[in-house]
Amino acid sequence: MSSDLLLRTESVTKSFGGTPVLSGISLELHTGEILGLVGENGAGKSTFVKCLLGLHKPDSGSITFLGRDLLRTGPDGIAGIPQEFNLVNDLTVAENIFLGREPRRFGLLLNRELMRSESRRLLRKLDVEMDPDRMIDSLSVAEKQMVEIAKALSVNCRLLIMDEPTTVLNQNESAILFRIMKELKEAGTSIIFISHRLEEIRTICDRVAVLRDGVLVSCDPAASLDAMEIARRMVGRELKQMFPPTVPPSGEALLTVENLSSGKEVRNVSFELKPGITGLAGLAGAGRTELAETICALRRRSSGTVKLAGETLHLRKPSDAPAHGIVYLSEDRQGSGILTEFPLDKNTTLSSLRRYCHAGFIDRRAERACAESYVEKFRIKTASVETELKYLSGGNQQKVALAKCLDNHPRVFLFDEPTRGVDIGARSDIYHFISELAASGVACLLISSDLEEVIGMCSRVMVMRAGELAGTLENEHVTEEEIMYLATGVK
Amino acid sequence: MWRRLTALLKSTGGPWAALVVLLLICCISNEHFRSVQNLINITRQVSYSGLIALGMTFVIAGGGIDLSVGSLLAFSGVISILGMNAVPGSETLAVAVAAVIAVALGAACGAANGALVALGKVPPFIATLGTLVIFRSLALYFGNSGLVSSENNVYREFGGAVIGGIPLPVWILLILTVLFSVILKQTRLGRHICAVGSNERVARYAAIRTGLVKFYTYLIAGTTAGISALLFGGRLNSVSSTSAGQSYELDAIAAVIIGGSSMNGGKASIWGTLAGILILGNVSNVLDMWGISVTLQGTVKGLVIIIAVMMQRKTLK
Repeated sequence: MSSDLLLRTESVTKSFGGTPVLSGISLELHTGEILGLVGENGAGKSTFVKCLLGLHKPDSGSITFLGRDLLRTGPDGIAGIPQEFNLVNDLTVAENIFLGREPRRFGLLLNRELMRSESRRLLRKLDVEMDPDRMIDSLSVAEKQMVEIAKALSVNCRLLIMDEPTTVLNQNESAILFRIMKELKEAGTSIIFISHRLEEIRTICDRVAVLRDGVLVSCDPAASLDAMEIARRMVGRELKQMFPPTVPPSGEALLTVENLSSGKEVRNVSFELKPGITGLAGLAGAGRTELAETICALRRRSSGTVKLAGETLHLRKPSDAPAHGIVYLSEDRQGSGILTEFPLDKNTTLSSLRRYCHAGFIDRRAERACAESYVEKFRIKTASVETELKYLSGGNQQKVALAKCLDNHPRVFLFDEPTRGVDIGARSDIYHFISELAASGVACLLISSDLEEVIGMCSRVMVMRAGELAGTLENEHVTEEEIMYLATGVK
Repeated sequence: MWRRLTALLKSTGGPWAALVVLLLICCISNEHFRSVQNLINITRQVSYSGLIALGMTFVIAGGGIDLSVGSLLAFSGVISILGMNAVPGSETLAVAVAAVIAVALGAACGAANGALVALGKVPPFIATLGTLVIFRSLALYFGNSGLVSSENNVYREFGGAVIGGIPLPVWILLILTVLFSVILKQTRLGRHICAVGSNERVARYAAIRTGLVKFYTYLIAGTTAGISALLFGGRLNSVSSTSAGQSYELDAIAAVIIGGSSMNGGKASIWGTLAGILILGNVSNVLDMWGISVTLQGTVKGLVIIIAVMMQRKTLK
């Protein structure tokens, strides 16, 4: 690691509407260093990063980058790769890489040849074989990420900021990303790496900066920390056991699915859900989300039946499932879970509004009281129940999404990636909530790509592969190996 | 300075503050403007497109747009007067028949728009652009491309009625403003409309019947066009199949936007729309008073719309 100073922030402070979000962050970053940035949602990570990218202006403090005052000169040489990619779906890979800076012939015509060859060169530098003429929407998430990195490299970036890049990747893809990060580091590019997965932070990063409530708690070499210690610093208290005791499914089957199919995504799936927690694992694209959506009539069912407590249900439209006590927590929180422009209270009652109405008129007091009870129950951090959700952190938004589903008083609860993009503290809260709910007699289905989570929470795990149920594992058979065997079909 | 001013306007009910400022400027600059009669006249003039704007607020709140309402006013107006003329005997009965026809036809055409959007999945802009042309063509066909008029004295009295010094259309505009505001803010339907407009996918996943909700917004808009047609026809005892309601849809959309509703849906205010329509009316009127050519008034109106939206953008940041 070279000791050249690349970036120095001094007492960077920022508040929104009187609420301090960053209080005096002083940090140094050297050339060719990978700095891990961790903290619970709402700790100020994104705000800090946005200050570096010039998207927010700090209230006070200074940021020096390559010896220049960043606040005056602008963030040239710093590139950010956001969680939600900034790629135009209808353009090709090459067009996206050079978007806004297209090379031209005679100052007028696009030089496509140059765009293509440059893109190919950049991608090859990343060891990625990808046709620069492919459309973005034909790419996998991992491939899109590579395009983002190539785009950053094309502007000769010295500092790359990656916001939870691995959340959307599987283990293989993550390994490739880490290799590329190491190569970039060798080439002298510095990286700020944000992640909730503490193990990977520890292995890939040189130093780890921990933020808590807008304060830089520590910034120490990664080698001197273990994951538990990082977590402790993030939360600021001793963590209770991450996973509550498992609640094995028992008793009469509540939900019975028979020969359910939906196009090519879900094929002839049959299973039973009993009160308790059942896991549903599988690789991305195995049809887990599609299965849940088909059950809830969010997706057209081509055949099969769904029974609740032995009674066949005729679920035709999305409003039918909650009416029978079957709720689905979507994996896509922003896209289909919550209304970010709506206040918290109106989100919690979104699907159960009927209960707060007299002759069509909303009882605002009852509605607010309901929201307040959930804020307390789930320890949701918010200024008030009338705060719009866009001002809440991911973990708190997720708790609101849970409250929205729960307010239907479900008998069957389908959780789809309930802790994706959620910090450790909130994650533990959510696990305990699922466990309590299961113990109270609700049949819970936990769909998750996080094997640690599936194994920690479930004593019965179904595994899907290519739209079909590949098998079901119970008790001591619920291991990473056996799940992967079923998920990949290799044995 | 600019930012602080716009922030203040936003927090104090921006459109209404703007309206007050506008009224002050108008009153100071022109003595004719100050008369109560003039203010009442302005309000009556805008009440026809104003009623439509109230309905349009629901459509826009739900994430849609309805371009057909102006033509629908002409179509409903023409058919209701033809219907009225066909009723023999009692003039009062004839007006009652016309009222039923106008409102029912407006509602039915609104329902057709709603069905196209909700069931046919036709993008609202395209669906209502199509019906805009259809309704106008039907109005021209049944109205023989000219004026359709009645000799009904009750209808004339009805259209020109003044109650407590305030014209009937203005009363109806005010009553519907109160009623619609309650529907939008305090009922399940209103909440669902805003949810669908804010993010239709989220609404669908939250078990809201999004198609039905959108259908209702067009139904409401069509109904207001029908009501407006009835009052509009009574004013002159006639409806021109060529020019009645011409570009009312644009005035209505402009009023909704000036009133602070989001063009993308999800956020809407009926009272804001009322302020928006009054702002548009006052601007036209004072330009008349100042002797500015009618042909140039469109330029000013256009600027008002653009500035209003720019101010909203600023405060949103």
